[in-house]
Amino acid sequence: MHELSIVASIVDTVTESAAAYKGARVVEVRLRVGALASVVEDSLQFCYGIATEGTALEGSRLVVNVLPVVMHCVPCGADVELEGVQSFRCPKCGEPCFDLRQGRELEIEAIEIDEMDEVEEKR
Amino acid sequence: MTTRIVELRRGILKKNDELAAGLRAGFANAGVLVLNLVSSPGTGKTALLELTLRELKARGARVAALVGDLETDNDARRLAASGAPVRQINTHGICHLDAEMIGKHLDGWELGGLDYLFIENVGNLVCPSSYDLGEAIRVVLLSVTEGEDKPLKYPTMFNSADAAVITKMDLAAPCGFDRETALRNINEIRPGMRIFETSAKTGAGMEAWLGYLAEQRAGRDH
Repeated sequence: MHELSIVASIVDTVTESAAAYKGARVVEVRLRVGALASVVEDSLQFCYGIATEGTALEGSRLVVNVLPVVMHCVPCGADVELEGVQSFRCPKCGEPCFDLRQGRELEIEAIEIDEMDEVEEKR
Repeated sequence: MTTRIVELRRGILKKNDELAAGLRAGFANAGVLVLNLVSSPGTGKTALLELTLRELKARGARVAALVGDLETDNDARRLAASGAPVRQINTHGICHLDAEMIGKHLDGWELGGLDYLFIENVGNLVCPSSYDLGEAIRVVLLSVTEGEDKPLKYPTMFNSADAAVITKMDLAAPCGFDRETALRNINEIRPGMRIFETSAKTGAGMEAWLGYLAEQRAGRDH
C-alpha cells in the first residue's frame, strides 16, 4: 500500500545523488530489503515504472535483494538465519530468539550510472 | 560513456527515521510516555483508548491522544469525551501515520505537562509497521473476532511490537475464540511479548493493562 511513497523517496534520493555526475543516466538502482520490511517487490516494480517517468531514473532497472531474518540465539551464542517469518525460534536449538540482527532493512545499496566522458561532452 | 557504480547505503525512510529520533528525544526530555497503537480497522483501538484515558484521568494522570484516520473526526470526538486533549489527524488516503504528521499535530502542546500520550494509528496491520513515530512502546491489538492466526499473517507488525492487547474478550465464547492458539501464535512471532486480554465493554483486564502503563511510565522516569 505504501510502496508508491517508498518509490517516490527512492526517486528523490537517487536524483540527488546522480546529479553529482555530469550528464549521468541512471541504469540500475539496487535495494536491500529485509524479509520483515513490509514491502512487496511486485508492487515496488509496478510503482517504479510510473514514478520514474520523466526523471533521471526513467528506463532504469530496479533490483531488489531480499535479506533473510537473522536473529541472535543466546543458547547457541550465534547469529542464526531464519527460514521464514512464521516462527522466531532458532532453527538449530529450537529456543525462542529475542534479538533481531537483520530483516528490517529498507535501503538503497547502490546505483549504476552511465556517465558522459569528457570527449563526448566536447562534441 | 563510462559506467560507474555508486555505493549509497542510504535508508529509504531515513527522513522519517530522523524526524522520529528527534521526536523520541523530545518525548524523553519532557518525561512523557508515548504509545503507538496499531491494529486492523475495527479491532477496538478507540474503545480501549476511551476507557484508558478515562481511567488514567480518574487516577490523576495527565493524558492526551492523537488519532489517525483517513477521513472524519469521529474518533477524536469519542476520545475527547474523556476530557483529555485530543487531536485528529486525517491522512486523506495515506495508509499510515508518519513522524512528520505527529510533529505537526503536537504544535502548541506542552509535552512537559503530560504523563502519557497515546497515538492511535490508522487501522492497518501492514504499512504502519515501517514508520517510526518516535514512540517508546508500540502496542499491537488483536480482537477475538479476527482469528487466532493474525500474528502469523502479519508477522512484521507483531514482531515489531512491544506489547499486545487481545480485545473484545467478552465475545470470546460466542466467537469460539481459541485463546491458547492465539497466545501461542503471538509468542511464536514475538517471543516473550507482554500480552493483555481486555474487554472495553465490561472493563475486564483493564487493571493489568493500566498497571503495565504505570510500570512503564515509572521505569522511564529520570
